Amino acid sequence: MNTPKERFIKLLFTAAAFSSLALLAGIIIVLFREALPVFSFVSPLAFLGGESWYPTAEPPEFGIWPLIAASAWVTGIALVICVPLGVGSALYLHELAGPRQRAVLKPVIEVLASVPSIIYGFFGMTVMAPFMQEAFGLPIGLCALTAGVILGVMATPTVASIAEDALGYVPRSFREASFALGANRWETLVKVIIPAAGSGISTAIILGMSRAIGETMTVLMVAGGAAVVPASVFDPVRPMTAAIAAEMGEAAVGGEHYHALFAIALALFLVTFVFNAAAELISRRYRLKLGLAR
Amino acid sequence: MLSTADENPAARPPSGTVTLNAGSTAEGDAVGAEPKISARGVSFYYGAKRALKEINLDFAPRVVTAIIGPSGCGKSTFIRLLNRMNELVPGTRLEGEILLDGADITAPSCDAADLRKRVGMVFQKPNPFPKTIFENVAYGLEVNGVRDRLALEEKVEDSLRRAALWDEVKDRLRESALGLSGGQQQRLCIARCLAVEPEVILFDEPCASLDPISTARIEELILELKRRYTIVIVTHNMQQAARISDRTAFFLMGELIEIGSTGRIFRAPRDKRTEDYITGRFG
Repeated sequence: MNTPKERFIKLLFTAAAFSSLALLAGIIIVLFREALPVFSFVSPLAFLGGESWYPTAEPPEFGIWPLIAASAWVTGIALVICVPLGVGSALYLHELAGPRQRAVLKPVIEVLASVPSIIYGFFGMTVMAPFMQEAFGLPIGLCALTAGVILGVMATPTVASIAEDALGYVPRSFREASFALGANRWETLVKVIIPAAGSGISTAIILGMSRAIGETMTVLMVAGGAAVVPASVFDPVRPMTAAIAAEMGEAAVGGEHYHALFAIALALFLVTFVFNAAAELISRRYRLKLGLAR
Repeated sequence: MLSTADENPAARPPSGTVTLNAGSTAEGDAVGAEPKISARGVSFYYGAKRALKEINLDFAPRVVTAIIGPSGCGKSTFIRLLNRMNELVPGTRLEGEILLDGADITAPSCDAADLRKRVGMVFQKPNPFPKTIFENVAYGLEVNGVRDRLALEEKVEDSLRRAALWDEVKDRLRESALGLSGGQQQRLCIARCLAVEPEVILFDEPCASLDPISTARIEELILELKRRYTIVIVTHNMQQAARISDRTAFFLMGELIEIGSTGRIFRAPRDKRTEDYITGRFG
């Protein structure tokens, strides 16, 4: 049964499957190789905790704390937007929506997820930023708040669809058991369905968060770009992704600035890696908790 | 356990292939006392398909009534009407009336949640919540507004005792209910149901997924519970119906074929179809 043709096909598929592993390994190797030299001219502590990012000054300063803080602020604001919107949509779709509402809303949410990020950025620059400027009397509308709100909207479909899946995984028998004990729909939702789907909903939030923190084009366009530790949500900021995208073109290959940008990328990679691993771990525990096979 | 032990001879059924529940409280075919639940002219539709046809069936208080019949005969559909569980299925329709202590539970004025507190249900597959053992039993109480910690603890212990589970779980009340065996989970579901102090308990094939030893424990428990509760049990297993019920109803293709005392149904069925079914000619 093991003809040469079959063996060839088997090899082909195996190679295809393992190529992603090889690519990941390659990315990690390159990241480390290009990033680590930065620590020959700046200590890890001064790099992560330094408050001045002047890579082209003389002498240059490579403190990325303003960039980390910017990413954190923007992501935090995005969470404030995407958690209620995303989880709320999921609950609505799962609990309240009839077939007709679902038929409209599900595709709309999926389209929202597929809009290219540059369009969100464009929308942020031309609509959102002037609105913010007007509404809060700011000198410039491109700021942490604008970027965070746009990112939050972008992350909402991710949160909504994963949270809705999590709610769908809750066995119908839990709902029946709760109703049979005289609980109403609301009590059943709050005391049984949401706790049972809790870790799935956390996974959704974490993945939404890692979507927001890794987003580049939008923040490059609307965050304002100032590499200063923000003091308020109305300050223009330069998140890590924006710094890399904006500066890679002007950094000399193999120079200090070049290695520093790779180090930022490495830090970002590690953060999203931790987020995704946490999400995976939580969802695995959750499925075991519900007695579902992996 | 209850203090009045062993006054019910039905708790010790004689052995045999199909053992009959000897000390039946309802030896004759008549219900006797005022029925606890009374279904009158009940028909039920899933969309256009009629699943139940003109069912007239009374359930006497503190009596175990078994509903037997082959798969798809409507017995589960029927029992789920008694606590309005079928309302959760869209596109269904009910005709006729179902009286609980003389009041129509299908009337719009009857609140489904209140009804379900009076008519508890134990399902085919044990379905404890992914919560601790304690939380599972306390759930129905909390939903009913019991907040006092001490009252909760007392009630939880009492319910677990009555479900004959207390001794096995008293040291692990704070552990997940999903760590219990299938039989223990089912007794936990019974305890959870008892905590709400229902008047009627519906069992929908409660032993379908259990091994023989766990099944025997549940059956013992049901015989114990009938001192206080009106019990309706749907079962696939005729031996089980014979062992634990006082009255047996035979359903076939959405129709009630025959109802009578369990002894009479198994010894001298009046309808040919009942006889064919209980002698194993089909089903």
